[in-house]
Amino acid sequence: MMEVSTAMWVGLFAPLVVAVLIPALAVRSNWRDSAGPLGAIISFIAALTVAQDVLAGNTPELVLVTIAEGLDLSFRVTPLGAVFGCVASGLWIAAALYSTGYMRGNHEKHQTRFAVCYAVAVHAAMAIAWSGNLMVLFIFYEILTFSTYPLVTHKESQEAIRAGRLYMGILVGTSVILLLPAVIWVWMVAGTLDFTHGGVLAGKLAPEYAPWMVALFAFGVGKAALMPIHRWLPAAMVAPTPVSALLHAVAVVKAGVFTILMVMVYIFGIDFLQVTKASQWLVWLAGFTILASSVIAITKDDLKARLAYSTVSQLSYIVLGAALATSSAVEGGVIHIVMHASAKITLFFCAGAIYVGAHLTKISELDGLGPRMPLVFVAFFLGALSIIGIPPMGGSWSKFLLMMGAVEAGMSIMVAVLAISSLLNVYYLLEPVFRAFFRPVNTEIKINSPVLTVLPPVATAILSLVLFFAIGYLTPFSQMMVTP
Amino acid sequence: MFVDNLPALIVVIPLLMAAVTALVPSRLSNLAWLMALLSTGTSFSAAWLNKSAAEGGSISYALGGWPPPWGIEFVTDGASALVTVVVSGLAFASTIYSKPLIYNEISRGDVPRVYAAWQLTVGALLGLVMTADAFNLFVFLEISALSSVTMIAMGAGRNRQALVAAYNYLVIGAVGATFYVMGVGFLYAMTGTLNMADLAERLPGVTAKAPVLVGMAFMVAGIFVKAAVFPVHMWLPAAYGYAPTAVTALLAAVATKASIYVLGRLLFTVFEGLGDVTGLLLNWVVLPVSLMAIFAGTILAIWEKDLKKLLAQSSIAQIGYITLGLGLGTTQGISAGFIHIANHALIKGGMFMAVGGLALALGKRANISNIEGLGRVMPITASALTVCGLSLIGLPLTAGFISKVYLVLAIIASEYWMIAALVLLSSALSVIYLWKIMEAIWMKPAPHGLKITENPAVYLPLWVITLLNIWLGIDASFVTTSADAAALALMTGAGS
Repeated sequence: MMEVSTAMWVGLFAPLVVAVLIPALAVRSNWRDSAGPLGAIISFIAALTVAQDVLAGNTPELVLVTIAEGLDLSFRVTPLGAVFGCVASGLWIAAALYSTGYMRGNHEKHQTRFAVCYAVAVHAAMAIAWSGNLMVLFIFYEILTFSTYPLVTHKESQEAIRAGRLYMGILVGTSVILLLPAVIWVWMVAGTLDFTHGGVLAGKLAPEYAPWMVALFAFGVGKAALMPIHRWLPAAMVAPTPVSALLHAVAVVKAGVFTILMVMVYIFGIDFLQVTKASQWLVWLAGFTILASSVIAITKDDLKARLAYSTVSQLSYIVLGAALATSSAVEGGVIHIVMHASAKITLFFCAGAIYVGAHLTKISELDGLGPRMPLVFVAFFLGALSIIGIPPMGGSWSKFLLMMGAVEAGMSIMVAVLAISSLLNVYYLLEPVFRAFFRPVNTEIKINSPVLTVLPPVATAILSLVLFFAIGYLTPFSQMMVTP
Repeated sequence: MFVDNLPALIVVIPLLMAAVTALVPSRLSNLAWLMALLSTGTSFSAAWLNKSAAEGGSISYALGGWPPPWGIEFVTDGASALVTVVVSGLAFASTIYSKPLIYNEISRGDVPRVYAAWQLTVGALLGLVMTADAFNLFVFLEISALSSVTMIAMGAGRNRQALVAAYNYLVIGAVGATFYVMGVGFLYAMTGTLNMADLAERLPGVTAKAPVLVGMAFMVAGIFVKAAVFPVHMWLPAAYGYAPTAVTALLAAVATKASIYVLGRLLFTVFEGLGDVTGLLLNWVVLPVSLMAIFAGTILAIWEKDLKKLLAQSSIAQIGYITLGLGLGTTQGISAGFIHIANHALIKGGMFMAVGGLALALGKRANISNIEGLGRVMPITASALTVCGLSLIGLPLTAGFISKVYLVLAIIASEYWMIAALVLLSSALSVIYLWKIMEAIWMKPAPHGLKITENPAVYLPLWVITLLNIWLGIDASFVTTSADAAALALMTGAGS
């Protein structure tokens, strides 16, 4: 294993090196397309090394430059950051392979530009995960938005450009108008932006202002897709599916809820939130988002649109965990980042595999397709089960912890919200599977699936299953966040 | 000997060289360009050395050996040192870049005269910044105005509108300068001195307040015109829009910056002793006017189709950010203003250069529709435009972000919550006009049958500016410490 400081350099910059190398390797498409998976494996190993060091009770640190007095471009890995770093880089391995299969199978244009922006986005996600203070987090939050814009508008159609406007409008608008002043406000009040165990605001921010600051963060972090600022996410589905899979199910949206969790735990501090009840209102809004977007998802016949609304709903699980601000709830939020990431990337991989293999995008067209694409639909089934939260899939743990957290916080009604949401999930996520397997077999359609679009979903589906049993590796991180 | 005379050399070299350049015969037009390059380059080095020499203190230089307050004094302190470096540096970069564009847009015979006016403008702007004499400042104001008008009018070869633009600038600029000199007259009548430090000392002692206040109002209003502060900015969009492209790049980067510096010098040094009146002026004139400038400029830029005019409208808004920082009246606010003086010079200088590069390749004025798809045929220029544009809207890790953070920090420290909200709102709005350009240049199919090659003489200096935008966004300490020194120098007064 490498030194921890080296590992931080490698984990942060391997994706950037990949981004630089890709145009140079573009002469041979096989060389170009192996840069991504290789870089992903290297940064995943680095992320694991860093995570191990965090587990040993250390705080790996890396100061790049001092931007200006009191403002360092520095990285310090928190337990949550270690987990998110592993999720982003680990799932990048699968996504990089998948995106090769998808882009080639679909004969997409501008594959080099696509691969470059994809790697830059992963770099930004890693930097967010390991950011040492709120300003660095903000910096890479913005970089992530701008680097994903060319991916969202990849098709360059009128529809894609319109979606790009919505994407930039909401994400940049909210971050500049709400998140940036929130960051500066914290800086003024607390005199520091460092992520500190127990928070930095207790005793410095008057309790009556706290709910307002929570609001600036909750709505400033557009990537968390809280209603009513969620519309960019369904719009972004116009992007090629590898983007929807890694970025709009994992890196970008998880960066959003990661920011919320970091702010709640390391800037406000759980105790401060409990005493002031500053995030009480956010619990209700998250609960509303969970149910409302599930209902919208039911009405969508387009598979990716349905998955997008399901993501909106699932992201609010994590926001809910942060807003409840009890230790079980926060732990549930942390675990759900991992569980939902592996499950949802599976579902998107499957949606893309169906599109490349059979050129279908609508759920109503999937009748009888199961026996023709068995691996894909079984993977979809497992992913759906994990999101619903049925053992032995990983998602059951986070839902359990979130429910416990709701009881701890004296908000038992949220248990009901989570339960209803599960029922809705059953309805709208299992419908495609039932149609595929229990309707007469569709023999007319010609199916041609590149193997690289089928294996990654199978791998991540198995991962979702394994995570149920491997929960013991995750809980130490989540516990480190909440124990004083 | 050389080091002692640095403050004078910064100003005198371009002025003298201008006279020589005007005599260069037109068939030696390359020589004219070289002379301009040499003088702006020397001036930049002198400004840089002078800034290092003045580190942590101030240098008073008596022109011709006549001691102030009788003779003309040049003062180098934190504020003037920073602004001279910015002005001369950007002037040097624009000079390097200007050659292919000047040759393209102006008939060969006029080239030496353009470069003579060019150097006169630069020298006068630098003098404007260095001088500590209120009347001498008027002289430099007029030199810079007349020589810029000459250059703007040279745009007439391409578009006759340039003549109208130049005429407007001449008349409006003359009104501004007249206002200023009338104000100086009032102050001189009441105090008997023209030296700024001396004025600052004597003004509080004057018992008849009315003439002083009238004088102050005239001077500030005059400088408002020169700095293109809303609503007396009307000359700027047309002047920038129709001037030869290289001239626009020069003027946009440096011209208004010098005048804004003068505004700061007047408000915080000369009228320091009239604290209560200055406070009223800042709160009820400068702040509201800056906010109006920010929104008017941004909204007009959103509707504008012609790229040079779009950037000019955006400049109105950006000047608003700078004067807003000054208007806060706190050290932090002034420092934020100076940070943006430096950063905006880099941002807008770079953007005008890039747009000039596009226009040069197109062979006509660049607008939103004829740049469609140019990103595919001119990736080097288009990506520089993109980076400078992202810096304009304040993307993190670019210079513009530093400006934005420090400005908002200063506003919140003064507890103007509403203003902070408006500034951030306008910053989000500015994304719209940038995105119009980005969509046109990158998202549209490449134009058919357009044969375009990118010219290294255009894109190399452009990329130097562009990389500076990134560099100063990652390591901003040079700008922030210089701006802090500048704010401190203004607040504690000249020459002290």
